[in-house]
Amino acid sequence: MSAKIHDPVDHAGAAAKFITDEAHLTFHDTRLWEMRQKRDGQMHGVPEWQELRDLASAIKEHTLSRLPEYLEQFEAQAIAHGVQVHWARDAAEHNAIVLRLLRENNAKTLVKSKSMLTEECEMAPFLERHGITLTETDLGERIQQLDNESPSHIVVPSVHKLRADVARVFAKTIGGDPNNTDATYLAEHCRVTTRPLMLDADAGMTGANFLVAETGAVVVCTNEGNADLSANLPKLHIVSAGIEKLIPRQADLGVFVRILSRSALGSPITQYTSHFRGPRDGAQMHIILVDNGRSKRLGQAEFWTSLKCIRCGACMNTCPVYRRSGGLSYGAVYSGPIGAIINPAYDPARYAALPFASTLNGSCTAVCPVKINIHEQLYAWRRIIAEGGLLPAQKALAMRVAGAVLASPTLYRLATAAARMAVRRLPRALLYNRLNGWGRDRELPTPPKESFAAWHARRKKAG
Amino acid sequence: MRVGLAIPCFIDSFFPEVGIATLELLERLGVDVVYPQGQTCCGQPMANNGCNSAASGTEAHFARLFAGFDAVVMPSASCVNHLRKHMDAVPQTAEVQHLRANIYELVEFLHDVLNAREFPWAEFPHKVGLHNSCTALRSLHAASISEIDETTPFSKPMDLLAGVRGIAFVEPTRPDECCGFGGTFSVNEDAVSGLMGLEKVQDHARAGAEYIVSADTSCLMHQQGCARRAGLPLRFIHIAQILNGARA
Repeated sequence: MSAKIHDPVDHAGAAAKFITDEAHLTFHDTRLWEMRQKRDGQMHGVPEWQELRDLASAIKEHTLSRLPEYLEQFEAQAIAHGVQVHWARDAAEHNAIVLRLLRENNAKTLVKSKSMLTEECEMAPFLERHGITLTETDLGERIQQLDNESPSHIVVPSVHKLRADVARVFAKTIGGDPNNTDATYLAEHCRVTTRPLMLDADAGMTGANFLVAETGAVVVCTNEGNADLSANLPKLHIVSAGIEKLIPRQADLGVFVRILSRSALGSPITQYTSHFRGPRDGAQMHIILVDNGRSKRLGQAEFWTSLKCIRCGACMNTCPVYRRSGGLSYGAVYSGPIGAIINPAYDPARYAALPFASTLNGSCTAVCPVKINIHEQLYAWRRIIAEGGLLPAQKALAMRVAGAVLASPTLYRLATAAARMAVRRLPRALLYNRLNGWGRDRELPTPPKESFAAWHARRKKAG
Repeated sequence: MRVGLAIPCFIDSFFPEVGIATLELLERLGVDVVYPQGQTCCGQPMANNGCNSAASGTEAHFARLFAGFDAVVMPSASCVNHLRKHMDAVPQTAEVQHLRANIYELVEFLHDVLNAREFPWAEFPHKVGLHNSCTALRSLHAASISEIDETTPFSKPMDLLAGVRGIAFVEPTRPDECCGFGGTFSVNEDAVSGLMGLEKVQDHARAGAEYIVSADTSCLMHQQGCARRAGLPLRFIHIAQILNGARA
């Protein structure tokens, strides 16, 4: 995972900062909400939508429950088609394999399409340290690379940036007019500066959306065609894929292709759905199958179904907290609701705040095309974090005190009477102090003269 | 059927009128309802923060008070959801299991158990925006949600409010977006929470609502706080109050 800062992530603090910038906030919320609405539109156009979700979920759960068999089947098929298959236990092994392949082929430049797994492995900084020049070819990823920032969204990596931000980043790095914020201009400028790098690259890399066990095919879904260029221009194509990307049969692919882009962007299908089955004549194709914590998660009864994720980002688009805090506030490779249940599996102490960056509203679960019970996993993580002693000390103490007070009718009566009295009597300046998180953004309720219990006792007495 | 009335801690302390309306409404509808004295809380605040052991005393107290009822009714979706799905800090005795299987949120109880549809005493001549809490919507399935394409759209609170004379509804642009309360989320993530609440009440205000009505007082408490801070002239009322005949 991104190892730039090892302090625990302060989501609340980062989110509070994000929302002070109204232009960015409004754009971010509006843009992602539009994606959610487009997704709803697509859903209404597919009467069997819920059936597709059920199928997708069942296929993934079936595959995960027999993962070793399907992985071996996939490997055998890939090898039979002339692909070289490598296994990586963790990020370090993955990165070492990539570097070895590049060195063996005397490759100094690498172009790659979108891959969250390589972000997870922190591959780019590793390769750069070893003298490899890496170029992201997806527009959003390229913007993030040039700005030296992580992707803030797994599908639209620079969605937190305005066009003016992009113009500034380009002007600073690849030239161009810092004041021209026309989208076509910016996209074209990126294209003409990136295309020669693709043409000359020594090696190309792609991720994988799906690995088909039956055929050994790697399926990559993109909208820019950059994966095809990255894979097909250089003589060396390296695929980096998590072991959870397996599906059993070619026939299963139809289910996923129908739900992926509809859930992600609200478009019926991605512009390109490319199937890579083997190396071109005179070229090499390598697939690195990466575990990096996945088999451990597969063994966790409450969390294994998070491996069903097809990285569509629908949970992020619908999440009211994500839309108002931005992906970078999660301080992790995976942001939003899915990130909040994946990241703690890697480092519960560092990501302890993330399962609490949610109101548990459940919208993420309801949009998820593979039916991951995201909000229930958020709840389950909270318990693990609290029981592991990873709550902020003040909160842990407050909970113990609250538990004791609420277990006793007498203490409860005293505490709530005191609270009512305080709100009624204390001067505003004292009541709305800096420790009163509620009062920073809201008025406190007007306290009644008596509690319901007191009213009820009075009524009973009166008969 | 002997019914226990459970009143959530924040309603008991800050919104007794909601508890009163709930009790009076159940009595009007002929329910044999009992309010056991000495109630505190359901344990949700601790459990939702992962502190399950800190919730055990509170859950045990709740279980003791409500043992022996045929059903328990509570005007709060999130408390009911906690008791039904998460009340596991106490031993799962037969009594606890009976309680968890027979606890109802108020709208659910009126709609599904009593099958109540007519409230001849109720009249509410105002423009109202309905706020369904996320737990009511997505955990208790009180109404269809925009994320799922239901073949037959439904809304239990709307079925009940249809029996109120003079009431008119306005539709906000994001009707089932969370309002941002989320229990301790409202203070841990106060900036995002406050913004969500403000945007929620602004959405209702733009749609022309005079009142926001909900079956969940916790959402209303938060939204009311946001609206007051922003100086919006919105008013907030619990569905039990309207069904019980409140005129304003």
